[in-house]
Amino acid sequence: MSIELKNVSYQYSTGTAYEMRALKHINLTILDGQFMGIIGHTGSGKSTLIQLLNGLLKPSQGQVLYNGENIWGEGFSRKKLREQVGLVFQYPEYQLFEMDVLKDVCFGPKNQGLSQAEAEEQARKALEHVGMPKELFGKSPFELSGGQKKRAAIAGVLAMNPRILILDEPAAGLDPGGRDEILSQIASLHRTRKMAIVLVSHSMEDVARYVERMVVLNGGSIAFDDEPRKVFAHYKELEHMGLAAPEITYVMHDLKERGLPVDTGAITIEEAKESILKALKGEMP
Amino acid sequence: MIRDITLGQYYPADSVLHRLDPRTKFVGTLLFVISLFIFHTFPGYGAATVFLAGMIGLSKVPVSFMFRGLKAIFVILLLTVVFNMLLTPGQVIWQLGFLKITWEGLMQAGRMAIRLVYLVVGSSIMTLTTTPNQLTDGLENLMGPLNRIHVPVHEIAMMMSIALRFIPILMEETDKIMKAQMARGADFESGNIMQKAKNMIPLLVPLFVSAFRRANDLAMAMEARCYHGGEGRTQMKPLKYKGRDYAAYGILAGYLALGIAFRIWGI
Ligand SMILES: Nc1ncnc2c1ncn2[C@@H]1O[C@H](COP(=O)(O)OP(=O)(O)O)[C@@H](O)[C@H]1O
Ligand SMILES: [Mg+2]
Repeated sequence: MSIELKNVSYQYSTGTAYEMRALKHINLTILDGQFMGIIGHTGSGKSTLIQLLNGLLKPSQGQVLYNGENIWGEGFSRKKLREQVGLVFQYPEYQLFEMDVLKDVCFGPKNQGLSQAEAEEQARKALEHVGMPKELFGKSPFELSGGQKKRAAIAGVLAMNPRILILDEPAAGLDPGGRDEILSQIASLHRTRKMAIVLVSHSMEDVARYVERMVVLNGGSIAFDDEPRKVFAHYKELEHMGLAAPEITYVMHDLKERGLPVDTGAITIEEAKESILKALKGEMP
Repeated sequence: MIRDITLGQYYPADSVLHRLDPRTKFVGTLLFVISLFIFHTFPGYGAATVFLAGMIGLSKVPVSFMFRGLKAIFVILLLTVVFNMLLTPGQVIWQLGFLKITWEGLMQAGRMAIRLVYLVVGSSIMTLTTTPNQLTDGLENLMGPLNRIHVPVHEIAMMMSIALRFIPILMEETDKIMKAQMARGADFESGNIMQKAKNMIPLLVPLFVSAFRRANDLAMAMEARCYHGGEGRTQMKPLKYKGRDYAAYGILAGYLALGIAFRIWGI
């Protein structure tokens, strides 16, 4: 499985006084099993980019290839593509409509043509994987809390068994506790289901801990595309884009400036601690 | 794509017509429509043409926008012309079987076509140069006297402006929900009518839920700011006639007088 964007640009409202260039000449390849983050300031084009990946938007220029095939070519089934490339929108709680949670999650698998029993099995599995308590399966989706609604909506896409799961700001509107919970749940999906995941966010701190690759969007173009630690090395440029590197990056750079030979690429507090201790031991013979 | 439609008719530009008081434009449009029915001879229509062309020129809106409204009435226009041409009795100038075109029919068809086209273009000038909110403000003000006979004018105007404000929001929401369900494999295109209607449920339920939620939030927000209807309520930007409005009324009076004069002299 791979998705490739070749020199893709996208304009909204083409040919009117309100034309808006949201993406400019994007080149990007998403590989099987990769855990990737897309970061950018609000309005940088993140949501537009991911809608191009599953054929909900058609590029104004350039090509989108799935396994080397042009998804806008003749005879290509974009409905099939959307089963493989699962997309969870920002505020997915607004897509719930069924009488109970389980039925709602069944909507996707049933559209794939599964029988009621098969669909329900998929739905139960998906709901368990996102950590939804069993006693809520029969509840109306409109009676759930914000975090639970999000889980139900993610399960709704997960139940279709996509090869790649794209989540648009899954932590938006949640309190810090709920945010950490849902992000680590997504990370565990990556491990247990071996699926590729694209996590969209405007917050570095959220994503840095989990992803192996980070794409930074700025004003509709890709500014960086690298491992998180290498991206954070450009923390001064990131600030100009309205993004901040994790706190720990600043601490490590400050320490280094004052003469302590620490690893400025540390991302988590744990890594930073190790590196600082090592540096201190090295100084005291 | 959906957003394009909802921006509505208004064409932003900086012209005298844009700056006119909405009441002036509303009354002016009404008088222009009346004048179309007072005139019934071609010199009269000539006067209307000059007036209309003048307004189009003043508005600084591209002419193509003016005639866009005609697309909507094209069928009606065609039917009117054809039936008038064929069914008016009089001096026959062309005949094929039971179909005949008369001189009187041709004249009648021409008159009707001119009236319809000018009516649409004339009202387009108003909607293109006035924002929906200005229009409701103007209407509220003009309908003010109806308050005496207990018509809730302010409330009606408030409902109109809220409805107008919500159209683009709901359109955007529809777009979003539709995409979210398509990502789950929903199909809004294929199938027969019954299937199509059934396929709309995943779109309509969330849409209604969100519309009610928004209405509820808005009502709460208005109450929290002590909104209690129109009584004793003043406006932030009260409508006020300026010099140009009096000038506009002067021109309108002259134009209407000309129409009446034409009619009396039988030109
Ligand atoms: N439906 C739309 N119509 C017109 N412009 C849009 C639409 N959606 C987004 N945009 C514009 O495109 C740009 C990118 O938007 P988006 O992809 O939503 O950014 P992000 O998700 O990074 O916040 C923004 O400037 C936004 O205003
Ligand atoms: Mg977004």
